[in-house]
Amino acid sequence: MSNVVVPTTLDEALALLAADPQLSPLAGGTDFMVEVNHGARRPVRVLALRAVAELRGWRRDGDVLVIGAGCTYVSMADPAFAVAAPALAQAARTIGSPQIRNVGTIGGNLATASPAGDTLPVLMALGARVEVASTEGTRTLAVDELITGVKRTVLHPAELITSVRIPVARGPQEFCKIGTRNAMVISAAGIAVVLDREAHTVGCGLGSVTAAPVRATDAETFAAEAIDWSTLRAGAGTTERFGTLAADAATPIDDHRSTAAYRRHAIGVMARRALERCLS
Amino acid sequence: MTDVATHRRTGAPRVGESAPRPDGVAKVQGRFAFSSDLFAENLLWGQTIRSPHAHARIIDIDIREALSLPGVHAVLTADDVPGELHYGLEHQDQPVLAADVVRYFGEPVALVAADHPETARRAAAAVVVSYEPLTPLVDSALAAQADPIHPDGNVLRTLTIRHGDLDATAAVVVEGTYEVGMQDQAFMGPESGMALPSADGGVELFVSTQWLHADRRQVAGCLGLPEDMVRITLAGVGGAFGAREDLSLHVHLCLLSQHTGRPVKMVYRRPESFVGHVHRHPARMWYRHHADTDGTLVKVEARLLLDGGAYASSSLAVIANATCFAAGPYRVPHADIEGTVVRTNNPPCGAMRGFGAVQSCFAHEAQMDKLAAALALDPVELRRRNALATGDTLVTGQVITGAAPVAEVIDACASHPLPDLAAVDEQPMMHRPGGAGRTADAHHVRRATGFALGFKNLLFSEGFDDYSSAVCRLENGAVTITCACAEVGQGFVTLAQQIAREELGIDEIVLAPAETATVGSAGSTSASRQSWMSGGAVQAACRAVRGRVLQQVARRRGVALDGLVLRDGIIESLDGSVRVDLADAVDGPIEETAEYHHRPTQPLDENGQGDAHVSFAFAAHRAVVDVDPELGLVRVHDMTTAQDVGRVLNPLQAIGQIEGGTAQGVGLAVMEELIVEDGIIKNRSFTDYLIPTTLDMPTVRIAALIEEPEPDAPFGAKGIGEPPTISSTPAIVAALRAATGLELTRVPVRPQDIALPRS
Repeated sequence: MSNVVVPTTLDEALALLAADPQLSPLAGGTDFMVEVNHGARRPVRVLALRAVAELRGWRRDGDVLVIGAGCTYVSMADPAFAVAAPALAQAARTIGSPQIRNVGTIGGNLATASPAGDTLPVLMALGARVEVASTEGTRTLAVDELITGVKRTVLHPAELITSVRIPVARGPQEFCKIGTRNAMVISAAGIAVVLDREAHTVGCGLGSVTAAPVRATDAETFAAEAIDWSTLRAGAGTTERFGTLAADAATPIDDHRSTAAYRRHAIGVMARRALERCLS
Repeated sequence: MTDVATHRRTGAPRVGESAPRPDGVAKVQGRFAFSSDLFAENLLWGQTIRSPHAHARIIDIDIREALSLPGVHAVLTADDVPGELHYGLEHQDQPVLAADVVRYFGEPVALVAADHPETARRAAAAVVVSYEPLTPLVDSALAAQADPIHPDGNVLRTLTIRHGDLDATAAVVVEGTYEVGMQDQAFMGPESGMALPSADGGVELFVSTQWLHADRRQVAGCLGLPEDMVRITLAGVGGAFGAREDLSLHVHLCLLSQHTGRPVKMVYRRPESFVGHVHRHPARMWYRHHADTDGTLVKVEARLLLDGGAYASSSLAVIANATCFAAGPYRVPHADIEGTVVRTNNPPCGAMRGFGAVQSCFAHEAQMDKLAAALALDPVELRRRNALATGDTLVTGQVITGAAPVAEVIDACASHPLPDLAAVDEQPMMHRPGGAGRTADAHHVRRATGFALGFKNLLFSEGFDDYSSAVCRLENGAVTITCACAEVGQGFVTLAQQIAREELGIDEIVLAPAETATVGSAGSTSASRQSWMSGGAVQAACRAVRGRVLQQVARRRGVALDGLVLRDGIIESLDGSVRVDLADAVDGPIEETAEYHHRPTQPLDENGQGDAHVSFAFAAHRAVVDVDPELGLVRVHDMTTAQDVGRVLNPLQAIGQIEGGTAQGVGLAVMEELIVEDGIIKNRSFTDYLIPTTLDMPTVRIAALIEEPEPDAPFGAKGIGEPPTISSTPAIVAALRAATGLELTRVPVRPQDIALPRS
């Protein structure tokens, strides 16, 4: 058989995967192919997902946005998408170069499970549900159930990520990230802040400062109580305290991209600024 | 001979006119053949086995398994090097393949050739090298006292400059310590090339490089072949910036090809490229400036320490530049300067655009700003008061005899209209510090300006007999120029044609491929020297051909030689009796070879005194930066520059050089650094070795190109490529200091240096 199989339906893809444990799923390839080129990955056979129609694009299902695992970053930067999921659109626009955004996918970002995956803090802040399928059936996981460590997930070899479900925005959202240049840079620290004006909740996801995705839950709880939801205002010191609590949730490391101290500091500043932008 | 009535001028660019590159469109469209695109029938692929240690003894190399793999044709070690075991640009101290000890991370140890690149990689992984790790010497400050890591010792060179009264002092004294990180040239085209065995037992090498004949000398020596059995042809170069002055895969390819009798190709991948070439020397610098209360400089004291890494490369010349230009382009009557470059187990460092002057300029310009602050004087005014001019004496005792329009450069740059310093609010978020990361609102941003001045020598120095050679051949009215000048992007491909058109009045000029078999050395494409040196050789060869043509016409037509002129392809006599097309004027081809030497220089004496340099070029930059002080993020908003260029030969290329050089200066100021820990480079990729994107690069505004002709130089033109890289970095950091009030004594300035200055 060919070294590369190109199914056109999800059922076909799952059947191929179930039949061949040495088949590696390939989405946009922006991580996969780099690893191949650097000799860090030697795939035996490849399951190319590009032609699977069910995985592509996104749709609105009532109050929920259903995003196909094969939805590209450039599709998520679309203005219509940005209205329903502003922070995710903002995150998608910061990823890589135009060439990367044209092919990279949200499913790939999840499956790669890098701490620097830029959609992950947004998906955490939104409480996203990830649908995973195999020929045995489907299951739904939270992002922090799916990703358990640096480049580690609970996916079985025969499973594919098929879609991600997030609530349609019900309030202001912000995403920001830091790298040492102004574009096309791997995040040294990132943050997403999501306000839900109906549920009166605040979501805060952190990027590049923990091994596995986390929410800054103390910061979320504090802000949800501090915000006057009818006016979207908060008392003096609220955003500063929110920043401090968000930074406390970070457990960053020193590496060649930044220092732990700077990353923690940056999370605090970005959290404060992001909440300031969300409040009126 | 037939008389003609019309001039033949097509409008092809001559000297002083913009000449677009002939390969420009092909490069943009992906059709240009780079050295990585070479191909030959029956090709083998080479792969290098490299040291994973910064310092270790080699106990054993077991090649048996690798050699037994199907498709593998050769596995070579130091034992297989037939000639000289070491090579080097100035000092022959670097092993072709490490034999007993490895001295840096990534040092070549063995080679493989196989029939497929993947097979070669697998074979390379199957070579078992047993090492006994040794403690790496990684602190340049400890190198002089440490046990030697090389038989030639750890101090590569110390240069002392003692000028004037060493006890002199003055009313105002400022002191500072500065540091420059390890920058990479970051060319796009990785090291690549192809070697083929030739019928006479020699070898043909196609490679991207900066100096074909220096390569040939070293390659032939290592192969144990006479130089004429090694033929090197320039392959398509994807950038150089100094990183291709040293050999990389040259000898390796030839060894594999000689051993297998087949063509062998190698292309480094990016992580290998980052260990496969030299880098800019990291520097630690201490300075003390003494000045009168009116700002007149009295004395400069400096101690410079450069980390040369494991092998000498061009360190000896780099430290000479760093030391000679340590006081900056200023009148300094008394100087006490010492520069040392040492050997360590860090990655080898060598040539990079700016070549030593970049490091000391960062320090002397910080000092000038510090002095201006101490004197409560405008920093630009302080520089103006001390600016060098023709007739002034450098700290090396050399009197500047050529053009030195330093005051003009300062004034043109400083007086150019500033951008609106309050316009931060109106910018899209994308154009604020943090860029696409959306971190800064307008009120988080501070805007400030900084100014810097820099200079360096042009051409080779310290008594080196530097020359270039060119052949001009006129045949059937067409002209072919042959020169071994390596085109690495600097524009010789257009310039050679422009000069030939200027001298011969013929528009159709063919530039033959650059190679070693047909012409003598052109010298290195470095030191901002090729427009002058190879331009001078082309000019001289063309003039020699013109002279012979006119002689023939004069003889045949019986007219006086000095009554003939050659213009636009037509030879005319002043009395109107002769008017003949150059194509028809002579029988048979006319060929002339010229060798161009610049005026001799002297070595520096024990006090660092001597006429060591041929010429100098000056540039100023004014930077406007936007800073988000709380996050430490920066966007350079505007770079305005003025430069001393002698004469502009190709305006389009001049602008390109200045923009590109400034971009490398922006990179060094705020992001470009190889992170080396215990001798290991941690960021061997363009994912983590960051260079400016379009969102990081401001528009470069050229306030003025100061055209004061250089007396010695062909067409009066000075080299343009390096000065933009020298003053751009300190100008940006000066602006960052103005915006933040921080000392910022190290480049690149990292976000944490601004946001968390005490951590």
